Formats: sequence, C-alpha cells, structure tokens
Amino acid sequence: MSRQTLRFESIREGERLPELSIPLTSTLIVGGAIASRDFMPVHHDRSAAQAQGMSDVFMNILTTNGLVGRYVTDWAGSDAMLQRVAIKLGAPNLPGDSMTFSGRVVARDEAERAVDVEITGRNSWGNHVTGTVRVRLP
Amino acid sequence: MSGNEELESELRSFVGAEIGPPALGADLVNAPMIRHWCEILGDMNPAYTDPEAAARSVHAGLVAPPTMLQVWTMPGVAKPGAAMPVDRQQELHALLTAHGYSSVVATNCEQVYERYLRPGDCVSSTTVIESISPEKTTGLGTGRFIDTRTTYRDARGERVASMTFRVLKFKAAQPAQAVAPTASAAKPRRLRPLRAHDNAWWWDGIERGELLIQRCSDCGKLRHPPRPMCGDCQSLRWDSVAASGRGVVYSHVVMHHPPIPGYGFPLAVALIELEEGTRLVSNVVGCTPEAVRIGMAVELEIQHVDEELRLPLFHPASEKPGKFGEVG
Repeated sequence: MSRQTLRFESIREGERLPELSIPLTSTLIVGGAIASRDFMPVHHDRSAAQAQGMSDVFMNILTTNGLVGRYVTDWAGSDAMLQRVAIKLGAPNLPGDSMTFSGRVVARDEAERAVDVEITGRNSWGNHVTGTVRVRLP
Repeated sequence: MSGNEELESELRSFVGAEIGPPALGADLVNAPMIRHWCEILGDMNPAYTDPEAAARSVHAGLVAPPTMLQVWTMPGVAKPGAAMPVDRQQELHALLTAHGYSSVVATNCEQVYERYLRPGDCVSSTTVIESISPEKTTGLGTGRFIDTRTTYRDARGERVASMTFRVLKFKAAQPAQAVAPTASAAKPRRLRPLRAHDNAWWWDGIERGELLIQRCSDCGKLRHPPRPMCGDCQSLRWDSVAASGRGVVYSHVVMHHPPIPGYGFPLAVALIELEEGTRLVSNVVGCTPEAVRIGMAVELEIQHVDEELRLPLFHPASEKPGKFGEVG
C-alpha cells in the first residue's frame, strides 16, 4: 500500500522495524523461482530437491533478496531508495513453515541521508537470512 | 595426492578471468515481469506497478524492484537436447561435479545499486570468478565456496549495479534415499532424553504423569538425577517417592543463542528446587522469560512437547509461596 515515506530525520539509530511474518507456501517458493527465471529443478521439483538431500523444494536466493527488499521498503515507504542489499543464507525455507523478519537501524549517514538496517528472517530451523540493507530517504 | 594437486591447479586456472562474453537479457526490463514478481512476493510498493503513483514518486515513473537485478540476465530454461551455451562458470561447476561436489547452494549475495532500472532498460552482465576456497566442512557437507563478481550495465555501457555472489559446491551429507518425503520431516523436535539402565524408570514415571525422586532404602536420603549409589551411605538399595510438584526457582538463565532447532527462544532454563529438597533442570513456562526470578514459586506441569515426548516443566505457582518461599 502507498504510505508516507519516512524522513531521514525521523529515524533513530537502534530503532526496531515492525516484524513481518511470511507464510512459506509451495506457491511462494515455486512462484518466486519462476518469477525470477530461476528454473533450477530444486526450486520447483520435490524429487530433484530430495536427490540433493532436502526434504522438499526450497526458496531460491533471488526470492529471498526480493522479500528482504520488500521488508525494508514496506517499512520505509515507496520513496525510499534501496542502495545496497547484502545477505547471508542459513536454514533453508521449506513449504509449510513461516519466516518472520525483524530489523534494527544500526547506522545513519547524515551526508547521504541513508540508514543501514540489519535484518533477520527466521524460520522454525533458525535464521534463514541475515544481512544489512542500506536505504536512502527523502 | 597427485590427483588432488591436478585438481587444485585446474581450479586455479578459473580464477580471475571473465567467464565468457557478456550475458544479455532475453527481454528488456518490462512491466509484466515486474508485476509477476511483485504479485508473488506480495510487494505492494506503487513505484513498481502503479504508473500514476510512480509518476508522482521520487522515481518520476515506474521502476523495477532493485532486488530483481539478477532476473534480467537469467539464462532461463535449459533446452532439452541442445547444450546450454557453456561458459567458464559452468565448466567449473561441471569439473567440481565430476570430483563428487555434485550439489550447489547459494550462501551469500551482496548487491549494490547505482540507479533503479526502468521498463525499457537493456541490461547485460559480465562475471569474474574471484576465488575458489579449499575444501571446507559445513553443515550441508564438505565442499568449496566459489566467489564471483558480476557487473551489470545498461545499453550505453554504464554500470547500473554490481553483485558479489558466493555458492557452496558440495558433497551432500545425506544420501537422498535417507530423506522421508513427508511434510513433517521438516519440523525439528526437541532433543530426545538419553534413557539408560539407571534412569529409564524415572522417564517411565514422567510418561505416566508422575515426577519421581530416588530415595535411598537404607538412610532415606533423596537424590536426583538418578544414579545407582547413595552419596551419603554408599548403599545400592533404593526406591522412589512421588514429588508434590511444588518448588522454587533456585537459579535460571534466559537462552537466546544458539537457536537450537525444536526449541522456542528466548528460552527460560531454570534449576528448580523441589520442596522435597532435590533440584532438577527444567524450563519455566506460562510467563515471559523476563518474569522468571530466583525464589519464584513454581508448580509442575508435565507437558506433551511433541507427539512422543513428555517433559516435566514448571509454571508460576497460582498461590503465595508460603513457608517454602524463603530460600536459604
């Protein structure tokens, strides 16, 4: 939804982002892989995923990147500009689970009017994704 | 050994060079692909899909989500029969597959955006293999990390973004047939208690809904955890009594890290002193971990933590602690 974009001045270091919970459906995992033109069988074919030692299809990194970007701009607003997204993947996202994002502002750059947000996306296994997103604000 | 050195030197030949000619996207940056992406990810940012709102935004028109970066030059579906255009990166993966590292997983990705892409942009990318690690042991299996750096350019050749990407090419730790194809296979559970000759009777009690305390048949001393010999009189004869289930928190920690699969965090781990005098390690449930205090009166609650396991947990006592509230 369209919402007022946060202003740089209104953001404090240490501020926490509201959590966002994402249900991990097969639709999201397979649909995300196809929308990102990633046709690696492990992301849409359960038997291929099992041949690699996983119990089911698992989310591809492009979808994770997209969800991380969405989490930060859902909070900051539509005029916020993503400048950098750096992520590290851990526990795979599998169907039937859910992932909850949390985030915290860890740095403010006055000159650039940008903030660094540290994000974590947890599922029932542990951290699926941890990382830092730099976003510039009006 | 010589086979190993041969592989190492072959691997080194991949490092530092571009993997092939620039990859050119099959399509220009376009609104339908952006809409599909936003729809599946639930991204409602109007700058991506609403032309009027986007025109009024800081972008002055529709833009692509920057995290779609890689999408624009993805190779797409491998054509059956026809070999995919082979580049150095695919050769490297094939070489590692031939040496048993048959699985691959992405582990790190960093993208830096110079500007937002717009519908009509024509994106191409060039990729360099930056490094290949020695063999490492990971949770997934042993493997090698491959780092690549990709530069994305527009039709004028100007850099629009760059990306560093790390994958693990590994020997899967679990053979495929060991994995049950059930949805519940993904649900981690608490660690199982270690049941053995000297303590199985105690766990049997928990399964019946009773918290037992071992008692020396000769001197009457109570002890926990279960063990064969009385520490006071060295007697090997023992029986047991049922605990009342009332106790106090003798000591506790709130565990945040590491998040062990199957447990909820933060986790209140407490040493409970039963009113009979023995202590046991348990969890305090039914209140926030921050509310747990030393000396807090608690009551037993034998809980089914999953379909197989019952555990003696403790919740805050409903009444005043009374005489048992004072801990020495």
